Amino acid sequence: MIHARGLTRVFTMKKNDPVEAVRGLDLDVAAGQLVAFLGPNGAGKSTTLRMLTTLLPPTSGTAVVAGHDVRREPAKVRGRICYVGQRSSAGDNFLVRDELVTQGRCYGLPPREAGRRADELLDLLELRPMARRKPGTLSGGQRRRLDIALGLVHRPVLLFLDEPSTGLDPRSRAEIWSHILRLREAYGTTLFLTTHYLEEADSMAERVVIVNGGRVIADGTADRLKTDLAGDHITITTRTEPEAAACAALAGGAAGAEVTTQGTTVRVRVADAPAALPDLLRALEGAGIKATSAETTRPTLDDVFLTLTGRSLTDDDVPS
Amino acid sequence: MTTFLRDTATVLTREARPSLREPVGLLFEMGQPLLFLFLFGSLLDGAIGSSWQWFVPGILVMMCLSGPMAAGYTLLVELIGGSMERLMVTPVNRTAMLVGRTMKEMAVLLCQSVLIIGLAVPLGFRLHLPGVLAGLALLVLFGVGLGALSFVLAFRSAPSGTLFYIVTQTLLFPLLLLSGVLLPMDSGPGWLRVVGQLNPVSYVVDAERALFAGRLTDPSVLYGTAAAALVAAVGLVLGNRAMRRGV
Ligand SMILES: Nc1ncnc2c1ncn2[C@@H]1O[C@H](COP(=O)(O)OP(=O)(O)OP(=O)(O)O)[C@@H](O)[C@H]1O
Ligand SMILES: [Mg+2]
Repeated sequence: MIHARGLTRVFTMKKNDPVEAVRGLDLDVAAGQLVAFLGPNGAGKSTTLRMLTTLLPPTSGTAVVAGHDVRREPAKVRGRICYVGQRSSAGDNFLVRDELVTQGRCYGLPPREAGRRADELLDLLELRPMARRKPGTLSGGQRRRLDIALGLVHRPVLLFLDEPSTGLDPRSRAEIWSHILRLREAYGTTLFLTTHYLEEADSMAERVVIVNGGRVIADGTADRLKTDLAGDHITITTRTEPEAAACAALAGGAAGAEVTTQGTTVRVRVADAPAALPDLLRALEGAGIKATSAETTRPTLDDVFLTLTGRSLTDDDVPS
Repeated sequence: MTTFLRDTATVLTREARPSLREPVGLLFEMGQPLLFLFLFGSLLDGAIGSSWQWFVPGILVMMCLSGPMAAGYTLLVELIGGSMERLMVTPVNRTAMLVGRTMKEMAVLLCQSVLIIGLAVPLGFRLHLPGVLAGLALLVLFGVGLGALSFVLAFRSAPSGTLFYIVTQTLLFPLLLLSGVLLPMDSGPGWLRVVGQLNPVSYVVDAERALFAGRLTDPSVLYGTAAAALVAAVGLVLGNRAMRRGV
């Protein structure tokens, strides 16, 4: 569905100061996949989406989207995809329902069909009471639902969503997700979306692609990435610091374990924490060290990100 | 071709709906021209031979400058807001986006012009129907070019929009004042007349005055039409290119 090779985009605002937003991105997405595109602010997510949706010509590289090259046959690509941008999709001067009808007409639906489709989506996304209002008068969550409705008008085979759930309360986020998943269920739509909510990507996406500085730095299922890149952790607390040091030495003896000690707390990285914990506790007991608490943790995607870049994704500041 | 027509209709319908819903808004936009018409028109009445005959075409050109020039503003708002981006991802024909938007602006301009003429007739404006029709056609030709140029400016100004305000604010008044729309330039000093001759608006104003007076074969009509056609051609070419390149 998406095949990108060496996709690059350089912005030149001022002379001699080019911004390389996306650098040599390779990406293949199969039909029907749900891919989450993650990365910190300024990583190049929106720029990539804008290139894949024909909005922005790549500086170099190629992209074939929904069977057509974005540069040579943009019109053919446009007819098969839809894009819900990071900003609001509906014009403020127009009524909610009118915008939905217009969108249908833009994709070539006959007037009556476009009207029917608009009504269907108003009901589906619970926007019926706002049908005759201007988008500016809607709440943030209602607006985002309208954006998504606009993206669903022509039942695209491939839908791009740029931060569909940012700024919404947990309930609206859950609602948006249920709509997205329902769409996928019904039409087998391929979904490519960006998000800042790691838990969302973790629980919903089959595949997570992490970008940083315009490059893909990790790609796989959330579980794979976590196991490969971050690993499980065992955290043991002892009574005294010398005991902690002894515990660390013991744990460090096991193959492949990475140990960090902080005061009386020892953190051990292992492949499978629940399986390794009983052995470690037995070894401690044998050495006469008493653990006051022991705990295993599965990594989060943020841990993956931290391992890869040395920076947490939840810190929102962008390095210059 | 059929998709082009369909897409043009789609864009035109979208743009026209808000105006049709609130037609009073068009009247408010006309506040300034109406004020000028009644204020200057009455003041000048008698001062110049037949002031209405001289003044009404000027007011129409004034509307033709301010309306289409502001047309880019609605586009700019959509470029900044994100709705233009959404439309650009749909397969709508790019030229249709330009034509549809321009047609809406021209429909507004025609309505406002007819209203101004209708209001001026009872005040003493004499109607030469063929001349008025030809005059309106010239006005639309000029408006098409100005509107398209304004769209180009909107594309260039996004995402901040500052450029748009700077250019329209600094251009509008000099273009107006130095074209003899409001006051005759003939009595001005030499340099003023030279500046006026460099201003394409002057030719359009002169042509409009000739047409509204029923002098359809006056040479100024030819110059005015040429000036308007040139602006229209440049505007459409640049406008089409800007739409194709997109956001
Ligand atoms: N039109 C533009 N002109 C110049 N630079 C741009 C432009 N658009 C994006 N950039 C730059 O390209 C880089 C990537 O931006 P992009 O919008 O793709 O990031 P993002 O991953 O979507 O970030 P966010 O999570 O904040 O939305 C940034 O450094 C940004 O400043
Ligand atoms: Mg973004």
